[in-house]
Amino acid sequence: MSDAAIAIEALRFAWPGHPPALDIDSFTMARGERLFLRGPSGSGKSTLLGLIAGVLQPAAGRIEVLGRDMSALSAAARDRVRADHLGVIFQMFNLVPYLSVTGNVTLPLLFSPVRRKTVGDDAEGEARRLLDRLGLSDPGLLNRRVSDLSVGQQQRVAAARALIGGPDIVIADEPTSALDSDARDRFIELLSEEAARTGAALLFVSHDRSLASHFSRAVDLGEINHAQVAA
Amino acid sequence: MRALLSLAWKSLLNRKGSVLLTLFAVALSVALFVGVDKARTGAREGFGNTISGTDLIIGAPTGSINLLLYSVFRMGNATAEISWPTYEKLAARDDIAWTVPISLGDSHRGFRVLGTNHSYFEHYKYGHNEPLRMAEGKEFDDLFDAVIGADVARELGYTVGTEIVLSHGLGSDFGSGHENRPFRVSGILAPTGTPVDRTVHVSLEAITAIHVGWESGAKNPMSDSISTETIRSFNLTPKSITAVFAGLRQKGTILRTRREINTNKGEPLMAIIPGQALAELWSVTAMAERALMAVSIFVIAVGVVSILTSILTSLNERRREMSILRAVGARPGHIFGLLTLEAGLIGFFGASLGIVIVHVLIAIAGPLVSERYGISLGGTGPGLFDLGVLGAVTLASLLAGAVPAWAAFRRSLADGLSVRL
Repeated sequence: MSDAAIAIEALRFAWPGHPPALDIDSFTMARGERLFLRGPSGSGKSTLLGLIAGVLQPAAGRIEVLGRDMSALSAAARDRVRADHLGVIFQMFNLVPYLSVTGNVTLPLLFSPVRRKTVGDDAEGEARRLLDRLGLSDPGLLNRRVSDLSVGQQQRVAAARALIGGPDIVIADEPTSALDSDARDRFIELLSEEAARTGAALLFVSHDRSLASHFSRAVDLGEINHAQVAA
Repeated sequence: MRALLSLAWKSLLNRKGSVLLTLFAVALSVALFVGVDKARTGAREGFGNTISGTDLIIGAPTGSINLLLYSVFRMGNATAEISWPTYEKLAARDDIAWTVPISLGDSHRGFRVLGTNHSYFEHYKYGHNEPLRMAEGKEFDDLFDAVIGADVARELGYTVGTEIVLSHGLGSDFGSGHENRPFRVSGILAPTGTPVDRTVHVSLEAITAIHVGWESGAKNPMSDSISTETIRSFNLTPKSITAVFAGLRQKGTILRTRREINTNKGEPLMAIIPGQALAELWSVTAMAERALMAVSIFVIAVGVVSILTSILTSLNERRREMSILRAVGARPGHIFGLLTLEAGLIGFFGASLGIVIVHVLIAIAGPLVSERYGISLGGTGPGLFDLGVLGAVTLASLLAGAVPAWAAFRRSLADGLSVRL
C-alpha cells in the first residue's frame, strides 16, 4: 500500500449524533493517477476528502496518504502532511477575499516549509508562471482583488494555489460546477496537464458523471460506500 | 509569525469600516485614561510645586489642610488670626531664619488680595526653588502700590501704572468698600503656574490703611473724609496677620520647632510642614482619584470588549475563509493565532492612536492649561506610563481576542475542509 497516493481500508465515519456517513471497505489511488470520484450531493464526498486531508478522524479503519497512516498520526502531523503534500480546490468562493491573486496563489507556502523550499526564493515568479500556464497571463490581474475576477478566473487562481510547490496529491471538490461546459472542459484539461507535469495525483470529485471521460479512472462513491447516506 | 501578522493585517484592511470604528472606540477609551492620568499627575505636581523652600506655615489653630488651602492656595478663609506681637516673637526665634507674614481677606474683581512685606519676594519659592520674578515694573514701594500676578494682568488687561480699587471681603463687585483708596500697579510678576499668578500683592501697611474706618467691621461713612495723606502719617503696623511662612536656620530642627510653636504659651498657634499637609490633602482626594481612574479603566475594558464583539460577530461570515486556510495547510493554531493577532493589532493601533490624540491635545492645549490652571500636563512626549498603557491594552486585546479565536479554532476543527452552513 505504500506505493499508493491514497489507500483506504475498512473506513467508518459518522458525524456526532448522525448515522454513519461513510463505510468503505477498500479504495486505492495510485501516485500520479488522475481519478474521477463521482457521487451525488450528500453522498459523503466532502467528508471523505476531509478524512483524506486529515482534518477529520475516522471512527474505524485506516487511511494512508503517501504511505502515512493518517489515523495513527497526531493532529499536528496530519496538518503537516496536508500542508506539505496536498493541494485542495473547492467548488467556488474558495479564495481568500483580502489577498491579491498572487497572495492567494502563494498562500500555501506560508504554512509549508517543504513547498516553500521547492519553489525557492521567487514565490511570486512561480505563481506568475503557474497562472500563465493556466491561462491567466495578464500581468494586470496579479495584483487585483480576487473578488474582481470572473468565476472561471477564480477557479484557475484556485488551481494555481493547489499546484504551487508541487504537492503529491491535488484534490478538486466539485471545482467546475459553476462553470459553463466550454470553460469546464478547458479547466479540467489545464488542471490535468499541470498535475501530469508535476507528477501529482489528481482526485477530482463531482456529481456530474459526464466528466468521467477526462480521467484515466472513475469510481462511483455510491458503489464503494456501504453507508446509507441521505442524498 | 510574520506571515500570520501579514495575513492578520490584510484581513483587518479588508474590514476597514468596522475595524476603524472599533479602533476609534479603543483610541478614545485610552485617550480618556491617559488624559485623566496626565491631568491627575499634572495637578499633583502643580499643587506640589506651588510652594517650596518654606519649612513651616504658621497660623491660628485650625485643620492643617485648611491652613494650607487658605495660606498657599487662597482657598477658603482663616477662622482666626495671629496677633502682630506674637508674629514678632516668632520672627525673633533663634531657630527661624526668615519669615513672610501674610494677610488675606480682601479681593479685586475675583482675585485675592494678599498683604505682605518685601521678604515675600525674597523668600517665597515655587517649583524647584524658583524665586518670584518681576516681568514688568518693581515691587511695591509706595503705600498704595500693588504687585499683580501674571493672570491678573492678562485677564484684566492691566499694565504698570493702572489704577485699581480693592473690595472688602471676597466680593467681586465694584464699589464694595475701598474705592476711596485706589492703588497703582507698580509691578507685574512673571507667570509661575501657581496661585501667585491670581493674586494682588500689597503691603501689610496698605491692608491696615484701607481698613481705617472699618474698625467696627463695617465701613464708617466718615472714613472717606480721612485723606490718603493723613493716613500715611498713621502708625500702620498691622494688629494681626493671617499666617506666616517661615524658613529655619537648620532643617533638622523642624519637628522640635513645630512642636514648640504648637504648644506655644499664650496665643495658640499651629505650625504645619507644607509637604506633610500636601500629602494629607492628597490622601483626602485619593479616593476621588481612584474612582476616576477606575471609571477610566472600565471605559478601556469596554473598548477592549468592543474588539472581542467585532471579531466574534464576523466569525460566522468568515467560516469559509477559515476552511480555506485550513485546506491550504493552516493548522488550528494558525487560525487561533490569526484572530488573536487581529485583536492585538486593533488594540495596539487603537491604544497608539489614543496616546497620540492625548499628546497632540497636550501640545495644543497644554500651555494654556499650564498658564491658566498651573497644571503641567507633561507635554514632553510619550513616556514610560504611555508605553505601559500601550503594552497593557495590547495584551488585554490579545487576551480578549483569544475568545473568538478559540471559537474559530473549535469551528475549524468541526467544519472540516468545507463549511457545513
